[in-house]
Amino acid sequence: MQGNIPDGKGHFGIYGGRYVPETLMPALIELTEAYQEVRKDKDFRREFEYYLKEFVGRPTSLYFAERLTKKLGGAKIYLKREDLCHTGAHKINNVVGQVLLARKLGKKRIIAETGAGQHGVATATGAAMFGLECEIYMGAEDVARQSLNVFRMKLLGAKVNRVDIGTKTLKDAISEALRDWTTNVRTTHYIMGTVFGPHPYPVMVRDFQSVIGKEARKQILKKEGKLPDLLIACVGGGSNAMGLFHSFLKDENIKMTGVEAGGEGIKSGKHAARFAGGSLGVLQGTKSYLLQDENGQVLNTHSVSAGLDYASVGPEHAFLRDQGRIDYTYATDDEALKAFEFLSMEEGIIPALESSHAVAHALKVAPKMKKDQVIIVNLSGRGDKDVMHVAKIKGVEL
Amino acid sequence: MTRIENKFAELKDKGEKALIAYIMAGDPDIQETERLILELEKAGADLIEIGIPFSDPLADGPTIQKSATRALEHNVSLSDVIDLAKKVRKVSNIPLIFMSYYNPIFKYGEELFVRDAVKAGVDGVIVPDLPPEEAEVLIKHSREKGLDTIFLLAPTSGEDRIKKVCKSSTGFIYYVSLTGVTGAKEGVSKDIKGMIKKIKSHTELPVAVGFGISRPEQAKEVSSWADGVIVGSAIIKVLEENIGKKGVNKKVHDFVKSLKNGMS
Repeated sequence: MQGNIPDGKGHFGIYGGRYVPETLMPALIELTEAYQEVRKDKDFRREFEYYLKEFVGRPTSLYFAERLTKKLGGAKIYLKREDLCHTGAHKINNVVGQVLLARKLGKKRIIAETGAGQHGVATATGAAMFGLECEIYMGAEDVARQSLNVFRMKLLGAKVNRVDIGTKTLKDAISEALRDWTTNVRTTHYIMGTVFGPHPYPVMVRDFQSVIGKEARKQILKKEGKLPDLLIACVGGGSNAMGLFHSFLKDENIKMTGVEAGGEGIKSGKHAARFAGGSLGVLQGTKSYLLQDENGQVLNTHSVSAGLDYASVGPEHAFLRDQGRIDYTYATDDEALKAFEFLSMEEGIIPALESSHAVAHALKVAPKMKKDQVIIVNLSGRGDKDVMHVAKIKGVEL
Repeated sequence: MTRIENKFAELKDKGEKALIAYIMAGDPDIQETERLILELEKAGADLIEIGIPFSDPLADGPTIQKSATRALEHNVSLSDVIDLAKKVRKVSNIPLIFMSYYNPIFKYGEELFVRDAVKAGVDGVIVPDLPPEEAEVLIKHSREKGLDTIFLLAPTSGEDRIKKVCKSSTGFIYYVSLTGVTGAKEGVSKDIKGMIKKIKSHTELPVAVGFGISRPEQAKEVSSWADGVIVGSAIIKVLEENIGKKGVNKKVHDFVKSLKNGMS
């Protein structure tokens, strides 16, 4: 990346940094130093790659969505099949990296927040694999809409703490996880699930997820003999997007689009499109775009997908948007639900509602592109966890 | 000398320790907060910490979280609280300290905030999610206008952090007595004494201890080591239990008085 980005304190230009209580500062400094060490450590890399291959099932395929491509009549669409990862989403990549790091730090207890439950399940899985104690924080509203994942976490031996404060979604789960970490910082490692929060999380999570883009790059060169024209990924905190995009940032001809949750539309105020409706602010450890009112109070968000239902966005996304390197748009709940059904019917792949936002954007732009152009859509997770919720929205009794 | 420095010096002369009382602006409403501040002063509080309500108070336990939620139900803003300080300052000389998460200040504009706060008679500011590393702008404007910047130290802070925080602070140092969030706890950590000693080897500033102190005997014990004791959640608890009831201010008064009496 260009110049000194981020700087030693985690600033991506005006974004990022460390905005946390003093109690956590020593732990973050220690974590940053430990991470700097392991990223250069060949043994660590080898171990990380071993578990990605043998436990997660990497590399995931880059699948040519032939029927979808024909139906849309434009650019060729490839799906990066992160839905095929063990536990059903890309979240496990980061968890494996951070669990290995936690072991190195001698931390015996793992905590994490979760929105849709994918990161919670991945963390519970990683903790189970290494015999670590695990507690997950999840908003009460998300517990209700993702009950299957709650049960999965419990099966994996994690304790799930239902968070009944504030908006009862991902944001409040993060606050509670940070409070737990503040209290138990000496024994506990906090596995943040996305490229958000205080330094070093945005960089560390990005690096652990960058395997997505590294694989996709090799795969597309092999299949098409050239690089893609457009990359599309959904953006909640933004880890799957950063994971795919990062390896292509230097290729200036490749366009990249991050798709936020448009909820019921920007005018309705019920959305989580931070770039469309937010402004610069500080939440939960970092400075970035934030949905807030004129007094700096954080606004309630809405999305059909719990994983995108968050008031702020990773600081590197904000930086790369300013640089004009990545474009951001949004897909509404309705568009995402249509894409959810469309991909299921046309390709036999039920995508996560989060990933459905990326698919929805592909449905919009692919027909306008030339047939020899190539799109890679990051299919960040599978939709099994969402079928109950979608059935409920459609009024189907199961 | 700032009002905060003065107060600590004056108490030292009298052989007393400072009781710093925290309440949330706008809980139950902003007029009531004004009356409560004056009541706290009468009851023996030496400095007042005024909480600015924030939607996501990540350093706070349930009691202060709920208090902020009640305040935000009627949209209390930072400028409302600055107006409140102005009113208090007309009738009282007690040091007033704002405790705010960073985002409301950032959104208001740091330069503007410092100017307006000082003009209103506010003496210091504590921002629990703003370590000195990110506080350059706030420190610069505060030094220019004479607003004390009070930074926090915690049980996890090592020598390096202690040095950095002492260098960035004016008024006093806020020592967080426990690894955790605000709210009542049983007992008092014996490590506090040693940490205060360590901090004092780096600074002439007074050290006040907060988080988890809820009872007169705890206040007494901690004040035997520190220059001041900060009590928040326990006062809000008394308030919470008596909101809407007759004699709520008297209840708060009696509780704060018992804390101060315990300390002397």
